[in-house]
Amino acid sequence: MNSARDDILAGIRRGLGRGPVGAETAAELAARVAAHRRNLVPARAAGLDHAARVDLFVAMAEEVQTTVARVASLDNVPGEVARYLAAENLPAELVMAPDPSLDAIRWDQRPLLQIRRGRAEPRDAVSLTPCLAAVAETGTLLLVSGADTPTTLNFLPDTHIVVLRAGQVVASYEDGWDLVRGRQEWPRTVNLITGPSRTGDIEQRIQLGAHGPRRLHVVLVEDAPAAE
Amino acid sequence: MKPTSHSFPANARIGLADPILQTALGLARSGFPLRRQQAIERLPEFEELREVGRAIKDHTLAHLDFYLELYERNVTAAGGQVHWARNAAEARAAVLDICRSVDAKIVTKGKSMVAEEIALNDHLEANGITPVETDLGEYIIQLRHEPPSHIIAPAIHLMKEQVAEAFRAAHTELDPDRSLNDPRALCDEARTVLRPRFLAADVGITGANFLVAETGSSIIVTNEGNGDLTQILPRIHIVVTSLEKVVPTLEDAATLLRLLARSATGQEFSSYTTISTGPRRPGDHDGPEQYHVVLLDNGRTALLGGEFQDMLRCLRCAACLNHCPVYAAVGGHAYGWVYPGPMGAVLTPALVGVEEAGHLPNASSFCGRCESVCPVKIPLPKMMRHWREREFARRLSPPVYRSGLRLWAWVAQRPALYHALADIAGRVLGWAGGHRGRFRSLPFAQGWTAVRDLPAPEGRSFHSLWAERQRKPRGHR
Repeated sequence: MNSARDDILAGIRRGLGRGPVGAETAAELAARVAAHRRNLVPARAAGLDHAARVDLFVAMAEEVQTTVARVASLDNVPGEVARYLAAENLPAELVMAPDPSLDAIRWDQRPLLQIRRGRAEPRDAVSLTPCLAAVAETGTLLLVSGADTPTTLNFLPDTHIVVLRAGQVVASYEDGWDLVRGRQEWPRTVNLITGPSRTGDIEQRIQLGAHGPRRLHVVLVEDAPAAE
Repeated sequence: MKPTSHSFPANARIGLADPILQTALGLARSGFPLRRQQAIERLPEFEELREVGRAIKDHTLAHLDFYLELYERNVTAAGGQVHWARNAAEARAAVLDICRSVDAKIVTKGKSMVAEEIALNDHLEANGITPVETDLGEYIIQLRHEPPSHIIAPAIHLMKEQVAEAFRAAHTELDPDRSLNDPRALCDEARTVLRPRFLAADVGITGANFLVAETGSSIIVTNEGNGDLTQILPRIHIVVTSLEKVVPTLEDAATLLRLLARSATGQEFSSYTTISTGPRRPGDHDGPEQYHVVLLDNGRTALLGGEFQDMLRCLRCAACLNHCPVYAAVGGHAYGWVYPGPMGAVLTPALVGVEEAGHLPNASSFCGRCESVCPVKIPLPKMMRHWREREFARRLSPPVYRSGLRLWAWVAQRPALYHALADIAGRVLGWAGGHRGRFRSLPFAQGWTAVRDLPAPEGRSFHSLWAERQRKPRGHR
């Protein structure tokens, strides 16, 4: 008996009325993939200068219930995190991605903030992560998995706080792909996150916090240098 | 699940008489089309993107073997494994084997229409494994032991009272006097009950919206985050999907993603779009140890090169359901299988046979809204017509219908006779309709007049009026 794989591939070729693709076509198709040329990219964000692009990101993110706090520099991040937790009536306790860019922040300014580094555990209420980029087009954060950035942080806790440097805001998803491709290897998980978790499954009335975070808060750092 | 599409007329009558279903469908009718319209008005390039999306899918289908082989190579290179399945039984067996390899007891599931298509839950249960649906809508219908009635909003046929009833019956460990009066409380309860299941699961099963040949990745799009908790917490992630989901590159996926959410829920972008590539990497603190893809054919490749090939472009966005007057009247369960609405009316006969599902392509007024909103421009009415032709050619339609059609065709091919008969019928009906101008009942037309009046003809046919006009001198026009 043929394997399922052989049968399926033979069925495809039969349907298309040809044999396996010839060497020339295969080379063309491989070149198409290697070039990964962009299709039509909406002008919405692509035509903007950087400041306007950051503004668009903020507007689009807020439209889907992401909250955004703009701070002047990385030194202001601990204060903003503490302020946000207090304002939301949350304990001053969080689990943070073991990421060098976050370690560089002067957390010792806020000794009352209890920080554990690592992946998220079920009891963790608040997580803090970096991101690789943010897509202005739809107010979307782009996060990748890795030893420094466990994916559980993005989904298990009720509240997810993301530190975003203004220089990381790009126009389109395609700009984001190029940043991911620039890494050593394609990561196991790429998360595009656009607002907190939600569902409309009961009577089409939107509820936040279906299974993932109920709150998504972005601390946008204005003066930091561009993405790696 | 065993199809009941052959009972569409009876199923539809049940749906039309169900007041809860009619209330729920009323919410859907007003909600989805409006939100889609608002979303596409904000994106001037939307129409052009539909054309690009169609071209991407057509290109991929024309070279499907190449892209699937490339996809498989890249999945393998990333440490994952592809399991090819010719049919539902092979796909179920592949999933069960993987589950058994780790002696799985609990399996969490993200929403997957392909898993519905292969009736995976029943198979797992029969083999002592507990499948737990985690999408809120899917969880609700799992508790109620019923199939989804919509491909992106599985519990759209229910109101909150039915959900509360299902939760009280299932969550007996909770206070029986608790309030479940609003969607917020129901949503919170589902979150609380399902969280430990996510943590306890041995295997997580998701579907895929797209497969990317370039990177060997699967992409899921959700709003709840359930698909992500399903795939990052257990030891094994199984993607149950079908082979027409493959696209060449991430750039191609980006274009289709721009079409998907806007067409589906009218969102700019869904909350979570997740690209998964292989199992966890050295140094990772979380993520599955194994990554498997069960790649289902189940009749799809047989559509290539034929009059139904365009159906393989389908993104499963549900815009055609949301804009269909028939779906909006009878609901999804009437269609009797996994895929309802216009896309189901074309796909179901292809997957379960026109003998079983011949009614579905007939359940259309051919208004054409489905095609006009389809993000990849699938000619759904045209393909329903092809099914009707096949049904007729295979003598599956009822004898009365066939004789009637044959008689009409015989007359229609004789213009003089046709015009004469039409003229007589017009005059008689026009006279009989009298001053009322409509009929409340008419012999041989009860199928029409039982539920609505039939307008009476004016008395003269267009042809005779036109002929008269042509005879008059030009100046009198």
